[in-house]
Amino acid sequence: MQRSNIFDYKHYFYFKIAVVVILLAFAAYLIFEPTVGHYGGSWLGYVLGTLSAIMVLWMAWYGVRKRRYRGSGATQGWLSAHIYLGTALTVLVTLHSGFHFGLNVHTLAYGLLLVVVISGFFGNYTYMIYPRQMTENMGEDNLDGLLLRIAEADKLARQIALIMPDNINNTVARACSETSIGIGLLEQLRGYQPNCPTALAVEQLTLMGNDLSTEQRKPYRELYSIMVRRQSLVKRARQDLMYRSRLGFWLYFHVPFTIALLMAMIAHIVAVFFYW
Amino acid sequence: MKPEHFNIIIIGAGPSGLSAAVRASEQNVSYLLLEAEQAPASTIRNYLRGKLVMAEPRGLPLRSPLPFTAALRETVLETWEKTIADHNINVRYGAKVLDLHRATKWLEIELTDGTKLTADHVVLAIGVQGNLRKLEIPGGDLPQVQYQLDDPQAYQDETIVVIGGGDSGVENALALTGRNQVIILNRAEDFSNCKDSNLNQLTDARKRGALDWLLETKPQAIETNARGEFPITIFANTSNGVERIPCHRVIARLGALPSRPLLESFGVGFPTPDLAALPLLSTHYESNVPGLYIIGALAGYPLIKQGINQGYEVIEYILGNPVEPADTALLREKFANFCNDRGVDDVLEKIRKSVPLLAMLNTLQLRELVLESNILLPESGDIIFKRNDYSTTFFFIVEGELDVLIDEDNVPDATLKAGEFFGEMALISGRRRTGTVRARTSCVLIETPRRVMQKLIGSVQSMRRMLDEVAIKTAVHIGIGLSLSEKDLNDLATNATLKNYAAGEELFHEGDEADGLYLIQRGSVTVSRMIGGREVVLFYVAAGHYVGEMSLVSGEPRYGTVRAAIETQAVLIEAGRMRDIIARNPEIRSVLDARYMQHLQEQEKRQQMETMQDSSGSLNQQTTPSNLISFLIQQGVGEATDVLLIDESLCIRCNHCEQACADTHGGATRLDRDTGPIFANIRVPTSCRHCEHPHCMKDCPPDAIHRAPHGEVYIDDSCIGCGNCQVNCPYDVIQMAVVHDQPERSLWQMMLGIQPKSSPNIDGPKVAVKCDMCKDIADGPVCVRACPVGAALRVNPEALLSYASDASGEAALLGSDEV
Ligand SMILES: Cc1cc2nc3c(=O)[nH]c(=O)nc-3n(C[C@H](O)[C@H](O)[C@H](O)COP(=O)(O)OP(=O)(O)OC[C@H]3O[C@@H](n4cnc5c(N)ncnc54)[C@H](O)[C@@H]3O)c2cc1C
Ligand code: HEM
Ligand code: SF4
Ligand code: SF4
Repeated sequence: MQRSNIFDYKHYFYFKIAVVVILLAFAAYLIFEPTVGHYGGSWLGYVLGTLSAIMVLWMAWYGVRKRRYRGSGATQGWLSAHIYLGTALTVLVTLHSGFHFGLNVHTLAYGLLLVVVISGFFGNYTYMIYPRQMTENMGEDNLDGLLLRIAEADKLARQIALIMPDNINNTVARACSETSIGIGLLEQLRGYQPNCPTALAVEQLTLMGNDLSTEQRKPYRELYSIMVRRQSLVKRARQDLMYRSRLGFWLYFHVPFTIALLMAMIAHIVAVFFYW
Repeated sequence: MKPEHFNIIIIGAGPSGLSAAVRASEQNVSYLLLEAEQAPASTIRNYLRGKLVMAEPRGLPLRSPLPFTAALRETVLETWEKTIADHNINVRYGAKVLDLHRATKWLEIELTDGTKLTADHVVLAIGVQGNLRKLEIPGGDLPQVQYQLDDPQAYQDETIVVIGGGDSGVENALALTGRNQVIILNRAEDFSNCKDSNLNQLTDARKRGALDWLLETKPQAIETNARGEFPITIFANTSNGVERIPCHRVIARLGALPSRPLLESFGVGFPTPDLAALPLLSTHYESNVPGLYIIGALAGYPLIKQGINQGYEVIEYILGNPVEPADTALLREKFANFCNDRGVDDVLEKIRKSVPLLAMLNTLQLRELVLESNILLPESGDIIFKRNDYSTTFFFIVEGELDVLIDEDNVPDATLKAGEFFGEMALISGRRRTGTVRARTSCVLIETPRRVMQKLIGSVQSMRRMLDEVAIKTAVHIGIGLSLSEKDLNDLATNATLKNYAAGEELFHEGDEADGLYLIQRGSVTVSRMIGGREVVLFYVAAGHYVGEMSLVSGEPRYGTVRAAIETQAVLIEAGRMRDIIARNPEIRSVLDARYMQHLQEQEKRQQMETMQDSSGSLNQQTTPSNLISFLIQQGVGEATDVLLIDESLCIRCNHCEQACADTHGGATRLDRDTGPIFANIRVPTSCRHCEHPHCMKDCPPDAIHRAPHGEVYIDDSCIGCGNCQVNCPYDVIQMAVVHDQPERSLWQMMLGIQPKSSPNIDGPKVAVKCDMCKDIADGPVCVRACPVGAALRVNPEALLSYASDASGEAALLGSDEV
């Protein structure tokens, strides 16, 4: 199923622009060999540098633009441009540098740019694959709904466990209180809890049912099915949180490094003009 | 013993009745005020605690000694109680009127406790809320049995039996779960009378074990228990015999009795059999029963201020004092630019004389109509409305002439003259205007809202008949031929019949003999065929189009089954007459032939697709176009004019759509992205569908819900927060919220995505809020524009459903539109 997404937006309009920009830059780089050699201070370097600086500012403006809800136009178009032109920008900057790297503020700015760009690519990748998986995992449910159902299952399970032998009661109580769902970023990103108490409980319950009295059997079976249900609910909730955090966490690199990049870029320009 | 006698007895101590009583006491007549409950104004008492009672219509002056300004419910009630005490009002509480009739000398009244009273005049002001149906079983009046639930939080750890499987019963039951043990007794075999959202929550709650229900169960008796934890036991008749359920409390939600049968038992006459019809009243609010006056909500005036004014007026009328109705000032204002040299009554008389349709109304109805309408004075060349506009008002021509332009050329297709009316199609179909209307000379027009017209049509039989006739004629004119001669047109129109269908009802069945051509006037239909043993929906046809032409052209039996997707009205033109017209009009013949060929092709394609997917099994059977159509129709798309969809395979769950909506709409988002059914990765989120016939408009006391020219259904700032629209919307998209300005964000906050702190103390009146399709924002809906990945999209269902039924199915559904 295809409707226009951020890549094929307006029939790849921004992709085409990006390709043209990249080709022009390469052509200029190959055709005009400045007498001073390729580096930022050549006239071609200036052109590429100025262009890149403007583009970086424009890229950073995206964050503002996407929250100006009253503005005109579609954010989708902006993001499509952001992605393609951001990629083109990387090429421009690289050519601008003339491959002169060193331990200085200029290369720092370049490095920061790469972090921003690479995190951007990763973000893009998450945008491409996770939404579909999220829908498969959740169907029409939402996270709040799942958590509520888990809480309900807990109540019921604890209630039934009260009339069970101690070992069963303890296992259930432990599963209910010690299972964690997405506590901490790491666990969220991983999407599972090592030695999940609920999974353990389900496993152990299978073995514990053997020495029950006949009247305990019926509630036991019920308890078991509740715990199995709990396990799958927990798993789905964790999955959902995992997808959410993966869709979002890369922005913790993308945005702060954008700020850092802006600072470094200013330093870089100031350094070039005043201390060169 | 001789019954007590009064000059005036006022029944019902709501705002209207109270006002009448206060005025009567000022005038020193002998009067008595009867109130069924133990305190005055039960309707207002039943508003939610802390509700702001609003004083609409703002322009209407208040002229009664009963004070009333917009204030909190508590304040309003206090003021009135003080007025009752100050004026020493002669009121009797717990006095519920059971019977009322005209004896030779006076009116006789009987109360439920057997007391008899007589009066020369009776003012009936019992509103439309009061008559909750009660349990007619032993124990139905025990203190543990209640008929309303004001504050669900007030009950903890109780076993509560809720009787009634309608929405109010289910909503009460759901509100009580969690803290209490809840059991619902439902007389029916399922909860199919409930809104979908309630049904879903209900099944969910039961799955969770939060409540339980008994179906096909009737309560038999309720007894008190002398001992034990449970104070009462309810005995209920189930299909497996009598069940006894000990409990703490019974909440019975059996619906309200319509007021009409009660009024009829008093001898009050109604103009039409329509249950919504209002009683016949004179200009002095007197009914056909001499001496019996009806005012307030019961008389069809849904707002408090109107009722209070009528309470005053009715006493003056009874005493024979001429009073100018309070709304005369408003009428005078309306007529400011038109005949301002004459008195209001004169102008009304002139209007009545010039427009025959309005002559059918009595003076009270005419006043009401003019009050709610606009007087327009267009000059020659001015456009009244354009083809394809969505607007739902109706126009009467008092003076002047207008042109109607139906097709693209600029040549008038018809002329309208003084005394005629136009805009009736919008009344019926709720779809776009079918033609442009332009003033030819300077005119005087009355523009009346749809709601007002509908109220009148429900009450004035002759008006309905006349409108129907004209509507049929227009439908035929537009539907099958601008080229027909006047004679043929009239001939067709007079012989066509108007047919109504409930949702799901068949217009005709596959294999039937062709009985004629159906012009869909309102609603929409699906065309389906049996393919491989199952019914496959092939097309969706909306109002303004026709079905049934295939068999007419080919002479074969019906090719498919046509079924109403929602409540539908169609004009049927008999087969014989149609064939005759076709034979004589080559132009119509060729149009129908062309459609026939096109349909045949499309059907062939669709049929192949369905069967191919059936047998190969490679494509998920679920996602065949016909299933998609069925799904969308279930979601109300059949009656929508614009729906928001979310493509879940693109949506990154960033919630920008909701954020953007909230930011631009006073802090309350009008869409709920993550609730709503999904089909083939398409979610229909909880968001307004901008229905053709918005259910939400049905019962809005200040008439605050409107439709803008491009179809947006919106709520203006006269909303009084009564919540009726919230209840009436079947898709649960209206919420009650406090609207407040959003803080500006700084550049940094925007760039870093930091939420500004919103001030926590947001109080103010809660009003109904819903999607207005961003009609006041240039560039259109912000939800769609804010979505970074283009997952949110708005579609027009006609386009959507025809995409869906297109041969390429789902791909075409979303692929071919550029956002
Ligand atoms: C939730 C809600 C919110 C609303 N908010 C507003 C608002 O903000 N502003 C506004 O202007 N309007 C509002 N309305 C409309 C307003 O409540 C009514 O227009 C108004 O109450 C009508 O007044 P009434 O006197 O005609 O009837 P009611 O107020 O209904 O009074 C009728 C009285 O008659 C009594 N009665 C009934 N049957 C009998 C009988 N057989 N014998 C004796 N007594 C009987 C009842 O107990 C009741 O006290 C709201 C309505 C609702 C439902
Ligand atoms: C100099 C280069 C870049 C800068 C300065 C930059 C800056 C930004 C900023 C400020 C945001 C807004 C984040 C927020 O507020 O939510 C953003 C979002 C984003 N960027 Fe970049 N970016 C750059 C390059 C790229 C590249 C090359 C890509 C992809 C290949 C990319 C992909 C994205 C994506 C996918 C988003 C998220 C969109 C959203 O969810 O709204 N960025 N970027
Ligand atoms: S609020 Fe509900 S009833 Fe009203 S137009 Fe929207 S979807 Fe239809
Ligand atoms: S803005 Fe788009 S991507 Fe974000 S939650 Fe809404 S629909 Fe999904």
